[in-house]
Amino acid sequence: MATVRANHGARTVASTFVGYFILIFFALVFIYPFVIQLSASFKTEPNAALNPLNPVPDPFVTDAYHKVFLSTDMPLWLGNSLIVTIAITLGRVLLDSMAGYALARLRFRGRRALFSAVIAILAVPGVVLFIPKFLVLKQFGMYDTYTALILPIIADAGGVFIMKQFFESIPRSVEEAARIDGAGTWRIFWSVVLPMGRPALITLTIVSFQSSWNEFAHSLVAVQSPDLYTLPRGLAVLVSGSLGSGNQYPLKLGAAVLATIPVAIIFVVFQRYFVRGANEGADK
Amino acid sequence: MRLSAKARENIAGWLFVAPVFVILGLFMLLPILMAMWVSLTDWNGQGSPFKSGVPFVGFDNYSKLFTEDGLTRQDFMTSVRNNVYYVGIVVPVQTVLALGLALVVNSRMLKGKGFFRAAFFFPSVTSSVAISVVFLFIFASSGAVNNLLAFFGVQGPQWFADARGILHLALGGLGLVDVDNPPALLTGGGPFGLSWWEWLAGPSVAMSTIMLLVIWTTSGTFMLMFLAALQDIPVTLEEASMLDGAGRWKRLRYVTLPMLKPTLFLVLTMGIIATWQVFDQVYVMSQGAPGKTTLTPAYLSYTQAFDNFEYGTGTAISFVLFAIIVLFTIVQRWLLRERNT
Repeated sequence: MATVRANHGARTVASTFVGYFILIFFALVFIYPFVIQLSASFKTEPNAALNPLNPVPDPFVTDAYHKVFLSTDMPLWLGNSLIVTIAITLGRVLLDSMAGYALARLRFRGRRALFSAVIAILAVPGVVLFIPKFLVLKQFGMYDTYTALILPIIADAGGVFIMKQFFESIPRSVEEAARIDGAGTWRIFWSVVLPMGRPALITLTIVSFQSSWNEFAHSLVAVQSPDLYTLPRGLAVLVSGSLGSGNQYPLKLGAAVLATIPVAIIFVVFQRYFVRGANEGADK
Repeated sequence: MRLSAKARENIAGWLFVAPVFVILGLFMLLPILMAMWVSLTDWNGQGSPFKSGVPFVGFDNYSKLFTEDGLTRQDFMTSVRNNVYYVGIVVPVQTVLALGLALVVNSRMLKGKGFFRAAFFFPSVTSSVAISVVFLFIFASSGAVNNLLAFFGVQGPQWFADARGILHLALGGLGLVDVDNPPALLTGGGPFGLSWWEWLAGPSVAMSTIMLLVIWTTSGTFMLMFLAALQDIPVTLEEASMLDGAGRWKRLRYVTLPMLKPTLFLVLTMGIIATWQVFDQVYVMSQGAPGKTTLTPAYLSYTQAFDNFEYGTGTAISFVLFAIIVLFTIVQRWLLRERNT
């Protein structure tokens, strides 16, 4: 009996060890590329090419960042990305929650058909819409404008779905109390229901921010003039070698760091909402 | 005039959904209808595709992809081949990796769950373009990966310049075929304008870097989904099976995995849908090169339209891709229904 128990204990220790080994190994695999990225952006060009694996930049230089800001359009890209991201995030949060609320609570003709349409749209693969979106933007004379970058993706079916699910989960009694007090539909939505929706709204805000900040393909079919490049678009052009001479890895990686930082900060602060967003997406 | 409460709710409902309805209608539904028309024409991007001068070609753009011998079909079939291998490898690998990581992270004996969960998930929230830049650096000829391989005495390939198919390399390595002089039986002919030998190339070395990148970025999301499902499994069920004397593998096989089946199917479907749409990474890392081995239908449709001004062919490819994805989704739904009844 004693040997059985000792055996069992030894096996537990062994499997704990193996478990940590797996976790740490994969944590390195998943995180080390970011370490390499960050450190290489502070290296000199020859050093980045010679010691790509070394996590410590020696000598430590900020040349890459000076160059990113002074000799590329980085300030413009950052500004465009900020405008587009903020507009899309605000729009999605407001419009998706309005539609989600109506689909969850208001009884109006065509509600079921509309909800089926939302589900159908969720199933349309985005890649298939590249050329179609371009056609529509051209037809409306919106191609190559800020409107083209923002308007087509200012509402999304996924967000409507998340908000509808959420509004269905809160009790009706609160709204009914307000209705008896004589509040109209908009008042009830704006000052009673929406404030209760904080967790869902934060999730939607974060998911929208992240996806619009990272959005690349839509910019390809919506605009062509360099004045309207967002950060991912500018970065893609930078990498495809328009800067010519040499590999310029510290510069490119520095620009990539700048594209990663905002989402990274939000990720660290609001991690549990990201987790929720990923799982809400799974419920669709 | 006072409207009835019912009429007012009707109006309010429509006003609330109107913005989303208009935007999704104008930028999702209408474009698809317009594109259906364009896929039946030879529009070259000049002026409006709906003017009378635009040549109507019927289903020519579609038959060019399947039945007419020519460069268009060759490119399209090459892109389909590349994407089939891509889906066939990325989906199983990322699913198994996500499930494995979720099981380890969920293990009750280990601490630091939150940290590891965050570490595995972080790559999937970052910009695909930025990550592609990082992987270009890591897989450069004298980059981090080749440095690491050199440490183990292996000389790494020139990742992004290497068009050799992995299956060809494996067959050659086993001595089954001579890669430089493949058997005439295979090179002689094959379906859809590609020889059997070309169909059997496997993903190229360059494509494998994109596959590694995508597995690396998406596993974290799927791990979260498995983790959520694992946490829904009642503890009593596991304890009961432990009391019954089931070992760890038996418990995994007969208790945990059956409970995870719905999530597993979901992860597989989402994986298949996403992998058929690979685009950003191809655009940034390889643009279809080397030797067209990283060409995918999504990327090909883009270049046909925006670089070659063959909007008809481009949209036709989009719709074929759409059909492929819908087909996979339907098959998956059908399989799920079989299992539920």
